[in-house]
Amino acid sequence: MTKVILSARGLTKHYGDVKAVNGLDLEIFEGECFGLLGPNGAGKSTTIEMLEQVITPDSGDILFNNQPIDGSFSQLIGIQFQDTSLQDFLTVKDTLALFRALYIKPQSMDKLIEQCGLEDLLDRDNRKLSGGQRQRLLLALALINDPKLVFLDEPTTGLDPQARRNFWQLIEHQKELGKTILLTTHYMDEAQILCDRIAVVDKGVVIALGPPQLLLKQHLPGMMISLPQRAINQVDSFSFKVEAVGQEAIITTTEVDLVVRELLHHQVDITGLMIKAPTLEDLFLKLTGHNLRE
Amino acid sequence: MMLVKRLLALWHARNLEFVRDRASLSWNLAFPLLLIFGFAFAFGNGQPDQYKVGVIVPDAEGLKSASAFDTFVAIKHIEFVDYQQQALANSKLAKHQLDLVIRSDNDSYWLNSQSAKGYLLEKILLASVTKPVQQLEVAGDAIRYVDWVLPGILGMNMMFSGLFGIGYVIVRYRKNGVLKRLKATPLSSLEFISAQILSRMLIQLLTSVFIVSCSIFLLDLSMNGSYLTLLAVMFCGSMSLISVGLMVASRSNSEEFAGGVLNLVTWPMMFLSGVWFSLDSAHPYLQTAAQFLPLTHLVEGMREVMLDGADINQVLPHLLALVAMTTLCIGISAKRFSWGES
Repeated sequence: MTKVILSARGLTKHYGDVKAVNGLDLEIFEGECFGLLGPNGAGKSTTIEMLEQVITPDSGDILFNNQPIDGSFSQLIGIQFQDTSLQDFLTVKDTLALFRALYIKPQSMDKLIEQCGLEDLLDRDNRKLSGGQRQRLLLALALINDPKLVFLDEPTTGLDPQARRNFWQLIEHQKELGKTILLTTHYMDEAQILCDRIAVVDKGVVIALGPPQLLLKQHLPGMMISLPQRAINQVDSFSFKVEAVGQEAIITTTEVDLVVRELLHHQVDITGLMIKAPTLEDLFLKLTGHNLRE
Repeated sequence: MMLVKRLLALWHARNLEFVRDRASLSWNLAFPLLLIFGFAFAFGNGQPDQYKVGVIVPDAEGLKSASAFDTFVAIKHIEFVDYQQQALANSKLAKHQLDLVIRSDNDSYWLNSQSAKGYLLEKILLASVTKPVQQLEVAGDAIRYVDWVLPGILGMNMMFSGLFGIGYVIVRYRKNGVLKRLKATPLSSLEFISAQILSRMLIQLLTSVFIVSCSIFLLDLSMNGSYLTLLAVMFCGSMSLISVGLMVASRSNSEEFAGGVLNLVTWPMMFLSGVWFSLDSAHPYLQTAAQFLPLTHLVEGMREVMLDGADINQVLPHLLALVAMTTLCIGISAKRFSWGES
């Protein structure tokens, strides 16, 4: 049976009258990459920061290895925050040396440098790092104590596609090393590629939980056919359900050939027709009624 | 053991930041020196023109009625400053900080025979006395204004470096998340605060030693006391000013707000602590208020060592006041300190 490394029960956090997190339950298994997905303001950063012990929950329990969290927690976990500056005028090497000195059992400098691809950046001032280089250094700081559990809060936000893909490789490597990773992200492709399980959070509660493919199968079985809304305007009714999303008409079906045949029967112009497998983005839209990045 | 290791790592990192910030480093070294050289050039020949007479009032009741000096003290354009202690007034007369000292209960006056202004004032005095008075002499070379103002500038530099160098930086760290990142490590707030204090103290002491050395060698400034005593005063003063900076920065995450509060603290200190001019003739309330400012004790302590050759026992009251202020400010900072945005 898979061991639970971190669990939360009934987590609640209010900011004034706003309920950022509202009785949230979670279980993270050892060795998995767990994704926390949600739009801005859904409560994912508040949730992850409560799990990291950076902010204190109003109520609820958090257990690490089935024990209440104690003083040794910070020695055993690694954190990459969403918005962090580093000290000005320090080089990458100085920064690594500083953070290594803060832990009882730091990883070897060479290993960190190699794992995060920092070889060519060691003498560079923190202020002169590009977005991708900075995120690699921040990942190295999160891994500095060789933690069992790593929290990554939107680590690839703002990176160009190539830098994001490079970063995914680094995370894949950490997964291979057996680390447990808790990741929050806006990017559905990132969650689909990296995460073993995901939790979709909206308005401070988990509204769907499971492996990405299983969730898609449960909530969006079949394929999605889309075509311009104007193409079907003259037809009164179909034997299948048509959803209007903006200027597009969307048909979700397990029998693509029957749908296409019926469209042709009604002499619908299928010039703009597209067939695709549903993504987490579509799942999120279905579950919450709004886009992830709204 | 870990505490020391973590503290040293952070201390070292903070020192690197300071030394590599060339603009800030050169400003910290150049600004006070420019001021001192400027004053040496502008006031090299002594104090700005003004006659100043010390009046001894041992019983705090002011001048005796029907004194020999009644007409003299009514003369315009002479500043009369009350002193309770004869020794203090005489010491100032010896250093040409006073031009004459009068005492009405025994109809005597003291004169520094090396003072030109004293010579002129004596002529006016003798022409105005209503009965015979006794002349007594005090000797001593004049203290140039630049000698007098150097400890003030040193103290002011330490104040700006302590308050802005610590206060502003910590608020910026809090705002941009550096503190939040450090909080996620096993570092404690005590370790963090201690590293900041020690790093800034080292920087302040080295800067001050550099400025004192340059001033003494290049401008031949006077140093009558022991360097070790001076260092002790600087040490306590530096600690107290840094702790004020820490207190201001203990919670805020707005650089604008912290900047405002720091200005609110630094400007009154600069004017009430006797950096530029002596507060001898200021209102007694103001003089009492100044005793609650760390910069007053730092500047007075340094002046006593450098100008009067005071030893450690003589500056002990200043040291104790500085240590008490440090303890209070650090206590408040530790209680109020916040890593994140409040």
